Amino acid sequence: MKLNERFLNALVIAGLLALPLWAVLADQPFTITLVTRAVILALAAVGLNIILGIGGLVSFGHAVFFGIGGYAMGILAYHAQTYTALDLGLFTTDGTKSMPVIWLVAMILSALVAFFIGLLSLRTSGVYFIMITLAFGQMFFYFAISWAQYGGEDGLSIYVRNGFPGLNTLVPIQFYAVCFTLLCVVLYLFARLQASPFGLALNATRQTATRVETVGLNPMRLKLLAFVISGAITGLAGALFADLNRFVSPSMFSWQLSGELIVLIIIGGVGRLMGPVIGACVFVALEHFLGELTDFWHIYLGVALLCIVLFARGGLIGLLTGKEGAHV
Amino acid sequence: MTLLRIENLTASYGDSQALFGVDLQIAQGEVTALMGRNGMGKTTTVKAICRMIRSEGALTLDGHDLHALPSHKVARKGVGLVPEGRRCFADLTVRENLIAAARPGDWTLRRVTELFPRLGERKGQRAASLSGGEQQMLAIGRALMTNPRLLILDEATEGLAPIVRQEIWAALQLLRQETSVAILLIDKSLKELAAVSDKAVVLERGRTVWAGEMAALTSEISEKYIGV
Repeated sequence: MKLNERFLNALVIAGLLALPLWAVLADQPFTITLVTRAVILALAAVGLNIILGIGGLVSFGHAVFFGIGGYAMGILAYHAQTYTALDLGLFTTDGTKSMPVIWLVAMILSALVAFFIGLLSLRTSGVYFIMITLAFGQMFFYFAISWAQYGGEDGLSIYVRNGFPGLNTLVPIQFYAVCFTLLCVVLYLFARLQASPFGLALNATRQTATRVETVGLNPMRLKLLAFVISGAITGLAGALFADLNRFVSPSMFSWQLSGELIVLIIIGGVGRLMGPVIGACVFVALEHFLGELTDFWHIYLGVALLCIVLFARGGLIGLLTGKEGAHV
Repeated sequence: MTLLRIENLTASYGDSQALFGVDLQIAQGEVTALMGRNGMGKTTTVKAICRMIRSEGALTLDGHDLHALPSHKVARKGVGLVPEGRRCFADLTVRENLIAAARPGDWTLRRVTELFPRLGERKGQRAASLSGGEQQMLAIGRALMTNPRLLILDEATEGLAPIVRQEIWAALQLLRQETSVAILLIDKSLKELAAVSDKAVVLERGRTVWAGEMAALTSEISEKYIGV
């Protein structure tokens, strides 16, 4: 029996609402933390899905934006908790423990870095694009390792989770509510973007850039804008991830994380609205349940990924709905 | 008023020169047939107009030098191309193909589907699943959605069933009668070209060898340069 994709999407959202509520009733706070982790990873992957799923560009350096978001949170919160000034050259600030401010800074910084990386890397395609984005990822990774002021290789701990007006974010379900709401907002924006003339033109660019030019569209500009939006969303996810763990480290910039984000999308379905969400849920579930059984759980993840790539070209969504592509 | 002016246009593919001196002028609202045997430089001329290859010589649209512009800006200036081989965006639906290309102007989704009712019936269908004729209509519709001042059709009826060809020729006739868009046509069917075109330009080995009113194209010229 094949499921309707909209029904499947609604089912996933219902599951993401029901599971944490059950966890509250059953007094299982760790389950809430697990689902929160899945939601944040999904948010990062939704960002990547714009450039990978719609634009067809395999960015192997998206952890850069995840890390920038994380470090934006870490640095601002560190200065706020230690009552030290953050010297930004032109002015100094005391840092902040306010989530909305941190999100804004994380998104702006990620977008700026995405603009410059995109400007250089989007002139290439295929394996060269993958290599350039990977190279940028490694540059940021090693920079973070050597950044002794903010923990270097050991990372940076934040003692108290940042605050959101009207909520106690230390209560897992309340922090989850913040993350889930942001995911829903970003999913809505993704759906609107995918169906907009911009999204359609980006999709067309993936298929044939030359033809796109003959209808008056600039493929480079389209891809660059998509890359910037994608980076900003992944940066937001990085800030939330750092808040979830109350810890940032250079591993947030690692190429393994970039690879995991790609894997999440492939598991769920490339270019599908809920592909990254389903992928993140499956990934976190495998990580947790298989991880309890064996340290080598990545082998089983690899086998699952192999099966999906070979037998379910549209990811799990494609398998369940019987539709390989994201369209109709 | 001259819309497109080409004088002594030369173009090369690497070391291999393909155009040696093409001259062509198209006025607003005029339909011009670009004719010649295979390999004489018709498609290369189109590629040069659309800045898809490097070229030299005079190439202006409404007085603006097209050589100074990249391909996408030429399209924005008002050159709509229906390329050889259709090349629709296969993964997008008919409606999405049209919306992706849309620019402000008289040509809207409704007007395109009025011109090609088949597209209206298949709005939600993926371009890859359309027949060759429907894909061709979509390619023309997509070019019209850019609201061009000059529409270029490169072998628009090639390989299509006679009934579909008739539909496309009828649509072009309608465009000629009801709009002010200039059209540059490349096609192998001399009879249909003669029916819709005001003027003709004949190429031979990358050079313009004849240009004038379509009615003045004699059988001697067509036999000598077009082989028909």
